[in-house]
Amino acid sequence: MASQRNTVALRLPMEENFAAGHRACIGCGEVLALRLVCKALGRDVIIANATGCMEIVSSQIPYTSWEVPWIHTLFENTSAVASGIEAGLKVLRRKNKGPQKEVTVVAMGGDGATADIGIQALSGAMERYHKFIYVCFDNEAYMNTGVQRSSATPFGASTTTSPPGKVKTGQATWKKDMVAIAAAHNIPYAATANPSFPLDLIKKVQKAKQVNGPAYIHVYSPCPTGWRTGPEVSIKLGRMAVSTGVFPLYEIENGRYILKPDLPKLRPVKEYIKAQGRFRHLTDDLIEQIQKRVTQEYDKLREKAAQSQSA
Amino acid sequence: MANRIGMEVSFAVAEAAKLARSEVVAAYPITPQTHIVEKLAELVAEGELDAEYIPVESEHSAMSACLGSSAVGARTFTATAGQGLELMHEVLFVASSSRLPIVMAVANRAISGPLNVWGDHSDVMAARDCGWIQIFTENGQEAFDLTLCAFRIAEDHRVLFPIMVHLDGFHLSHMVESLYPLEQSEVDAFLPPYKYPFALDPAKPVTLGAYGPPFIYTEAKKAQEVALRSTKEVILEVWREFNRRFGRQYSPVETYATEGADTLLLTMGSFSETASVAIDRLRKQGEKVGQIRLRLWRPFPFEELYQAVRTAKVVIVLDRSISVGGPGGPVCSEVKSALYHLKERPQIVSFVGGLGGRDISVADFENIVRKGQKLAAQGVGEHYEMIGLRE
Amino acid sequence: MPKKAPEELTWRDLEIGCAVTEPGSASEYKSGDWRSRQPIWDFTKCIKCGLCYTYCPDAAVNQRDDGYFEANLYYCKGCSICTQECPTTAIHMIEEGE
Repeated sequence: MASQRNTVALRLPMEENFAAGHRACIGCGEVLALRLVCKALGRDVIIANATGCMEIVSSQIPYTSWEVPWIHTLFENTSAVASGIEAGLKVLRRKNKGPQKEVTVVAMGGDGATADIGIQALSGAMERYHKFIYVCFDNEAYMNTGVQRSSATPFGASTTTSPPGKVKTGQATWKKDMVAIAAAHNIPYAATANPSFPLDLIKKVQKAKQVNGPAYIHVYSPCPTGWRTGPEVSIKLGRMAVSTGVFPLYEIENGRYILKPDLPKLRPVKEYIKAQGRFRHLTDDLIEQIQKRVTQEYDKLREKAAQSQSA
Repeated sequence: MANRIGMEVSFAVAEAAKLARSEVVAAYPITPQTHIVEKLAELVAEGELDAEYIPVESEHSAMSACLGSSAVGARTFTATAGQGLELMHEVLFVASSSRLPIVMAVANRAISGPLNVWGDHSDVMAARDCGWIQIFTENGQEAFDLTLCAFRIAEDHRVLFPIMVHLDGFHLSHMVESLYPLEQSEVDAFLPPYKYPFALDPAKPVTLGAYGPPFIYTEAKKAQEVALRSTKEVILEVWREFNRRFGRQYSPVETYATEGADTLLLTMGSFSETASVAIDRLRKQGEKVGQIRLRLWRPFPFEELYQAVRTAKVVIVLDRSISVGGPGGPVCSEVKSALYHLKERPQIVSFVGGLGGRDISVADFENIVRKGQKLAAQGVGEHYEMIGLRE
Repeated sequence: MPKKAPEELTWRDLEIGCAVTEPGSASEYKSGDWRSRQPIWDFTKCIKCGLCYTYCPDAAVNQRDDGYFEANLYYCKGCSICTQECPTTAIHMIEEGE
C-alpha cells in the first residue's frame, strides 16, 4: 500500500477480512462494525453466523464476503453451532488432526438472534464454558425482516410491530440488558463496543481472543434504514449514544466493572432522540422518562465500577 | 471375532458409536433414548471413548452443535426420540442440505399429545422430507451393525448425507438382546477416518450456508435430490462389504417366506419379528402369505419394492402412526404412491396399530392378515383399520 | 473460460451443499452501481489521518501512494460517512455524472 502512511489508519490491522462488494445498506453502521471486528479477529478464526442482516448481505450464492471459514445455518442456533465447532476442534487437536494452528471460534448474531430467539443457545454455550467469542451486532430490531421489534429495541422506538398510534407510543418495554445476562453466567469477559470508537472496539475484540472461556461483546450498530436516520450520520450517532449515556462503553472482567469513558456529566438524551426518525413521535414526557432511566442506569454502572475499583 | 453377548439395545448402539471412534457427541436426554446418551457419557468419563461430550440444553441445540462439529471434520453422533426429533426439525433439513454426515440413533417414540413416551413411528413419519438417509432396525444385532454401517455410508465422499438409524422405543431400546459385537480392530479396518471435503479451516476458507434466492433454490434442491437418490448404490455396497467381513447381509427390502405368497404383510421395525411368527403360523395352516420388511426408508427403495410385490395380489401395510386427517398410514400412502403407476399392482390394505407403545401380539398379526385379505376382497377405498381400538 | 453469471448456474454447477469455496468472491460485485453521489477529496485540506478509510462501511476508501485518500468507485455506495467524519472537511459529495 502507501509509503507515506502515518495515519490513524496505521493503528488498525490493515487486512480486510470481510470483502467489499457486500450488499449492506448505504451507511450501514453494523457492517462497519463487522468490518472492524473482522480486522481485529484476523484470519485464524472460524465464524458461526446467525441468520440476519450481516449473513444475508455477505453470502448470496455464489458470492461470499468472508475471507475466513464461515458457516451459517439457522437463526437461533449460532451459539450451539459454535459449541460444536469448539468441541470438534478440541478433539481433533487431541488426535493431531484438523487445523494446524490455534483457531478462535466466533459466534455472531444480531440482537434478535442473541437476545430473543437465540438466547437459550447462548446461555447454554456460556454455561458449558466453551472457549468462544460471541459478538452481538445490535441494531435494535429485527432489521433484516423489515424492522420488527426485538427485546433490544429501546423504549419508545417505532418499529413495525411496536408502532406508535392513537393508543400506543412505540416499544413499551426497556431494552433487555444482554451484557448483564452474559456476565451473570460468570464468564471471564463481557464488554460493550461501538464502531464510532474503532480502536476501542478492536482492543476489546483482541482482549476477547485471549480469554480462556466464553467472551461476550455487545456492539452498537446504527441502522439508517430502521432508525430513519441519514446514512451519513451513523458514526455521529454512535458518539452521541456514548456521550448521552444511552450506550455506555464498559467491560466486565471476571466480575470487575470497568466503565471507560466514565463521564462525569451526560449530554441530554434529547439530542440523541431528536436525531432519529424512529423516535419522532415521542412526547416531552416520554423523553423525560427515558432521560430518567438512562441517568439511573448510568449511575448504577458508575457505582459498580467504583465498587470494582475499591475492591 | 467376539463371542455372543447379551446387551441392552441402547447400550449396543452406544457401543457401536464408541467402536466407530465418534469424536463429538452432542445430545439431549429424552425417554426412551436416555440409556444411549447416558452410556456414552459414561464411556467418555471412563476414558473408553476419546470424544467431546456436549451436554446441550435442548435437541435443537444438539443437532446444531452436531452441524458445527461435523463441519470442522469431527465424527459426530447423537441420538433422540419423539419430541426431541420434532424440536430439532428445522435443523434436520439443514444437516441434509449442508451435506454433513451426522449419524443419529432415533428411539422411535409417539409424538404428543397426549404426552406418550412409548414407542411408535410418528416421530420418524413427521421427518420424511428432511433429506436424511433413514434405516430401520428390527433387533439388537441390527441396531449395532447398522449404526456402524451408518458412519461408513454417511462419510463416503459419494454420499455425505446424515443418517438416522431407527430403533423402536422401549421395544428395542430397553430390551436386552443377544448379539455378536465386533472387535475394535475389526471396526477400524471397516471404517476409515472421516475427512469432510469442506472442513472449516483457516488454511482453506469456505463459506457454508450461503443463501439461495429464487433464481438458484430450485437448482440447489435438484442437486440435493439427485445426490440423495444416488446414495443407494453406496448403501448397497457398504452392506455387501459388511456381509463379506462379518457374515450378516442387510437389504433395503427384506422379504420373508414369500414363496408362493399371494398376500404380503409389510412391516417396519421390531414388530416385524413378531409378525414373522404370525406368518409362520399362517403358512403352517396353508395360507399363501409372506412378509416384506422395509429396512431402507430413505432413499425410498422403489425397485426393491416392485420386485418384492411382483407376484402378490394383496399387500397389507402396517403403520405405527397416523397422518391425521390425511391418508391414514404414512407408510401405506407411500407404498400406494410407489406402486400406483404399475400396470399390474396389488390391492393395498392399510392397518394402523401399535400406537403409543401398544403391543401387537402374534395372534393380532394373524387377525390382521385374515382381516386384510377379507377387506381386499371387498374393496376398501381410503378406509384403514385401527388395530385393537376400543369403541 | 468466462465465469457463469449467477442466473446461469445449473444444478450441476453447484458445489456439494452449495458450499462457496472462493473466499471473498463478493469482491466481483460492483456495489458502486448503487451510488448516486460520490466523495471528492481536497488534498489541500487532507491531513492523511485515515479516518475516512477507518469509517467506510464498504472498505471503499483507498490510500494512494502519496498518502492521500480516494474513493474506490467500484464499491463506493456514496453514503457520505467520510464527509461527516473528516476532521478537516476535506471531503465533499458530488452528484454522479457531474
